[in-house]
Amino acid sequence: MLEVRDLRVEYLSQKGPVRAVDGVSFSIAPGEVLGLAGESGSGKSTIAHALLRVLRPPAIITGGEVYFKGKDVLALAEHELEDFRWQDISMVFQSAMNSLNPVMRIGDQIADVLVRHKKLSKRAAWQRAGELLDVVNIDKKRLDAYPHELSGGMRQRAVIAIALALEPPLMIMDEPTTALDVVVQKEIMQQIEELKEKMRFSILFITHDMSLMVEFSNRIAIMYAGEIVELAGAREVFENPLHPYTKGLINSFPPLTGPKRKMTGIPGAPPNMAEPPKGCRFHPRCTMCQPVEGERRPKLQEVLPGHWLAYHEGIPGVNVKGQAVKNLNPPGLVF
Amino acid sequence: MDTHNNPAPIEQQTPSPETVDIAIPSPEGSTGLSSRQELPVEVEGTPAGQIVVTPATLPVPTRQRLIWLRTLLKNPKALVGIAIVSIFILVAVFAPVIAPGDPTEFVDSPNLPPSATHLFGTEGQGKDVFRQTVWGARTSLFIGFVTGLIITVVSTIIGMSAGYFRGRIDDVLTLLTNLFLVMPGLPLLIILSAFLAPGTGTIIGALAFTGWAFGARVKRAQTLSLREKDFVAGARVGGESSFKIIFSEIMPNMISIIMGSFISATTYAISASTALAFIGLGNVSEVNWGTNLYWSQNNGAILQGAWWTFVPSGLCVALVAFGLSFINYALDEVTNPRLRAEKELNNVLKGKNFRKTRTRATPVYRQPR
Amino acid sequence: MRYILRRLGFYLIAFWAAITLDFFLPRLLPGDPAATIVGSGGQLDPQQLQAVKEALGLSDQPLILQYFTFLTHAIRGDFGISYSNFPAPVFSVILTGLWWTLLLGGCSVIFSFLIGNLIGIFGSWRRGGAVDSFVPPLLVLVGAFPPFFLGLCALYLLGFQLRWFPTRHAYEDTLTPGFDLAFFGSVIQHMLLPSLVLVLAHLGGWALGMRNTMVGILAEDYITMAEAKGLTQNRIMYRYAARNAMLPSITAFGITLGFVLSGQLLIEQIFSYPGLGFLLISAVQKLDYPLMQGLFLMITLAVLVANFIVDIIYTRLDPRVRAG
Repeated sequence: MLEVRDLRVEYLSQKGPVRAVDGVSFSIAPGEVLGLAGESGSGKSTIAHALLRVLRPPAIITGGEVYFKGKDVLALAEHELEDFRWQDISMVFQSAMNSLNPVMRIGDQIADVLVRHKKLSKRAAWQRAGELLDVVNIDKKRLDAYPHELSGGMRQRAVIAIALALEPPLMIMDEPTTALDVVVQKEIMQQIEELKEKMRFSILFITHDMSLMVEFSNRIAIMYAGEIVELAGAREVFENPLHPYTKGLINSFPPLTGPKRKMTGIPGAPPNMAEPPKGCRFHPRCTMCQPVEGERRPKLQEVLPGHWLAYHEGIPGVNVKGQAVKNLNPPGLVF
Repeated sequence: MDTHNNPAPIEQQTPSPETVDIAIPSPEGSTGLSSRQELPVEVEGTPAGQIVVTPATLPVPTRQRLIWLRTLLKNPKALVGIAIVSIFILVAVFAPVIAPGDPTEFVDSPNLPPSATHLFGTEGQGKDVFRQTVWGARTSLFIGFVTGLIITVVSTIIGMSAGYFRGRIDDVLTLLTNLFLVMPGLPLLIILSAFLAPGTGTIIGALAFTGWAFGARVKRAQTLSLREKDFVAGARVGGESSFKIIFSEIMPNMISIIMGSFISATTYAISASTALAFIGLGNVSEVNWGTNLYWSQNNGAILQGAWWTFVPSGLCVALVAFGLSFINYALDEVTNPRLRAEKELNNVLKGKNFRKTRTRATPVYRQPR
Repeated sequence: MRYILRRLGFYLIAFWAAITLDFFLPRLLPGDPAATIVGSGGQLDPQQLQAVKEALGLSDQPLILQYFTFLTHAIRGDFGISYSNFPAPVFSVILTGLWWTLLLGGCSVIFSFLIGNLIGIFGSWRRGGAVDSFVPPLLVLVGAFPPFFLGLCALYLLGFQLRWFPTRHAYEDTLTPGFDLAFFGSVIQHMLLPSLVLVLAHLGGWALGMRNTMVGILAEDYITMAEAKGLTQNRIMYRYAARNAMLPSITAFGITLGFVLSGQLLIEQIFSYPGLGFLLISAVQKLDYPLMQGLFLMITLAVLVANFIVDIIYTRLDPRVRAG
């Protein structure tokens, strides 16, 4: 349904362009939840914003393709883009506090999407907005409320209601619960799960919380420094992580179920994206790698069925079980 | 002209907290999100009525080194401003050389238009307008700079004490500041000057009395946020005296703000003192730009069509004000991270072809590869 | 509501401070204030002089009692008799000017606010476009001119040389004020040039202020979300961006009122426009001390009331303040 091929996003700066997203490919099938994980600054949110083309200069898309149901998103004209947004892909932003207009009633903020895209009358749109609040378990009376009058959890629910308004086939959720406390976080995730079952939309789920991600996603892509370093089924990533960065990431979160593990972090700090390390971007922090791999950037290849990994062939540091198959296509074409 | 022609700007050689990270409004930029708060707003401005509204969180005060001063001296706006103001200071200093003779002397018949003998013509009583304009710079600039200095000292003391000590002191000083902000300045100035003994000292005093509140407000806000910074908190925990913290930790980081407020205060003092002199308050026998305008008006210059008697002095006031505010804009550009980022963005985007397209969607700009 | 009450309290304090200042000012006069003030009221008969002394609290009583006498009279609007408009009481003289000042000031302030903010909104929306690149620097240049100098130039050029506008007073001298078209037409015609000057003088401040706020607001998440929602550009610009950017602009509106009025005082003088500024300056020139004191209080009161109205508007526009 969604296909992203070799997407590149740069931030222009006086000291030269900064590649925030550098050749990322993935796809999302109908009804699927694709998790996008990685440290902050790895380019996850940039991808999300680039899909809707809401990044503003100095950010520019410098390459790649985005197809949504056969539509070439990067080639859409301004008015086509306006129609495409929210109708086809909606988005739940990181912080509900900041993403709601502080001087507009919740009802208006839901209704204006309906008026714009469905050409509903204002009254009909409010009616529908009330139903949507119902769906996310908020009292209809709250249509009249302003964002500051709602609790953090309610605000996030309201944002989800806005995202649901047009029943889009794909919803991007950019750290939807990061700002909330754990109890509310659980409730909201559960609710999203139920809604997804009911309405059958796909989700691009972005978070740095690995345990949340593994519970919620079908497949997981791990990002590091603007690249996808590993992409596989959720269980597979967890049980058989191949990339040293993935391993580090998983080890830095306590498992929700199963035996206790020793938690280890990842030594070092994320790279400066203005001058990313040559070759494998992870190598300065990598515990397994050899100094030789300064040469070329490893390519993402399918090493096990459905399990993609960016690694250097023939280098003993990475232990790949099974045999690596030839790099046929970008991973998106698996489905 | 632009700094980006220089391959190694100073900023790169001396890393400081504000120059290391590139100002990129990335959606993931945690700095951008955490420093953003709700919308309380600081209004800075000059009492002359020019206002600049900026969200209170910007500029985010950081430990400033004096890098901005060097950057400022490369800023074209600042250079233009400094050049204009310097020319006028030189004119004031060298008035006896540039326009020799007594400006109050009656030299010719009244209301002569500009000519070779009288560059700017003569005014309604037959005095030489060129001499009056040149000599007028002396008092006008003197009043301006002295008042600017007094206002800066007063507003710095009041603003910093309010911001640093907080509590009761802050309540009282803030109330006082707000009272003076809401009081209409010129009427107060007018009746002050009308009631007090006339003279330059009175004018300076009255100007300072009515003009300190704006600067105090801005400095209070800045002190409040600097106070919470690690290096100040550290000094406080370390048992340094308040006096020492204020002068050695906070003050050095406010130099640019203090300088900005000195410039605004000077601009205000020059415009307001001219206005006062124009309506005949102050010493009308003295020669300054304001009294020149007063006599021009009094001698019916407009009715006589003698535009040359009021245009030079008024233009001088405007030019000095313009030069000073140019320096201030440049100062803002150099020290305000948001404006700096914007300027950088403009430089980066210069000449890119998607700049001209009217789209607000993310530009797709495929490089030929 | 709490917010409004707090503001109201502040304005009451400010008004009291203005009265107090007004009381002490004459007592700063060199020599004997009573002698100086009363001395300039040459043509008043002893009884009228006594009334002035009474109103201004100029008596042999202790200072504190003088102060209370003054306070009670000031609150009633009683400042005695205007020397220069003998024998009219100060209060009625002020009333003749008040309406003209409110008319001229109100119109020019509202127009400069609206036009300036619109320029700011458009400039920031198409950053780097024509409106953004050329208009603000031009307005800054115009704004550097003292308003009264702009007024002098406009009066000379457009009034006396080109004769496009009347050069003095608030309406044609031959007309008698009344509810007829000729009178209103004349009033508007006389207001045009002074308000044009005032609008020009203050436009740059509004435009730049609005532009800077807009640039900050456009980086907010709710703007990105509005874009992502596929809303039309107009809706995002007005309902999302400008609607929020207006709030600081309105706060600034209240604060600058005092300065705008200051500029207007001199403009009134130049155009012989019979408002409070014209009255104040002629009172100064004629040493009409009671009128000066009364005018100062009345002008302050006008500014405070205007500020209070702005506060009420602000609470209507910002739901966050309304609730608090």
